Amino acid sequence: MKFTLNGESVETTDDATITGLLRDLGIEPGRVAVEVNLSIIKKADYASFHLKDGDTVEIVNFVGGG
Amino acid sequence: MDDKLIIRGIEFRSRLWVGTGKYKDFEETRKAVEASGSDVVTVAVRRVNIIDRKSENLLDYIDPKKYKILPNTAGCYTVEDALRYSRLAREAGISDLIKLEVIGDKKTLFPDTWGLLKATEILAKEGFIVLPYSNDDPIMAKRLENAGAAAVMPLGAPIGSGLGIRNPYNLKIILETVNLPIIVDAGVGTASDAAIAMELGCDAVLINTGIAGAKDPIAMAEAMKHAVIAGRLAYKAGRIPKKLYATASSPIEGML
Repeated sequence: MKFTLNGESVETTDDATITGLLRDLGIEPGRVAVEVNLSIIKKADYASFHLKDGDTVEIVNFVGGG
Repeated sequence: MDDKLIIRGIEFRSRLWVGTGKYKDFEETRKAVEASGSDVVTVAVRRVNIIDRKSENLLDYIDPKKYKILPNTAGCYTVEDALRYSRLAREAGISDLIKLEVIGDKKTLFPDTWGLLKATEILAKEGFIVLPYSNDDPIMAKRLENAGAAAVMPLGAPIGSGLGIRNPYNLKIILETVNLPIIVDAGVGTASDAAIAMELGCDAVLINTGIAGAKDPIAMAEAMKHAVIAGRLAYKAGRIPKKLYATASSPIEGML
């Protein structure tokens, strides 16, 4: 399965959920927000939301800013 | 001292708010924020760096339990982007607070007032506590109030310009006509600028570049802390009027 993650092309053989993706990336779910195809995914749905081929995923967090 | 700033039931102990951008590193950020005495920091919303997976994160240095985190929509030039970033910020899960920026121009970073108003209206209806970064136009400030903003954040001068409070007279009109907390955001360059904003009667001041860009940011953070306290006390103490001619401070009676 191929999808876009934060602007980069990613390929995976696994059936990826958001929870699984964050775990593989070593990202703590509590401090990020996730958007798939311009829809924000609620944290409660991370474990059940399955990514599909061609999805565009954005994972954002808080950084320094004014 | 019971002079807390309260916005939609949220209590802010400090009237100096600080940004977390432009510091040398996270440790300097942490020290400066601590020296400022502030209990609220702004942050930006950006992609997690997937490739360079450093284990460090800003929130490892700025404890969300100790500080109120105020996400901004910096870098957003359209209503659509500002809404997107605001909703993502809320989903990252700390509060409903948003410092709303809809920027109109790259050189001045002045707000796009039409876009700001539209975004404020939409986000207010969605239950956000909207703190819009605005210009110093009293008409605009009133429109933002009517659109559901929880405060208005007029600029003192362009972001990062250090020009201070360029239009104190407009700020005074805003303070008189808008029934919301007024927080000066942008342009404060040194301590006296912050004090001037507070002496006018502003409820708080947000400073990023003025501290982070100083030669000694930690020292400047402390200076700003005192300036905001001094300005606020002076405002509440009630200054003397300005007069053209002198009035002697020592008595005539008893002169030789």
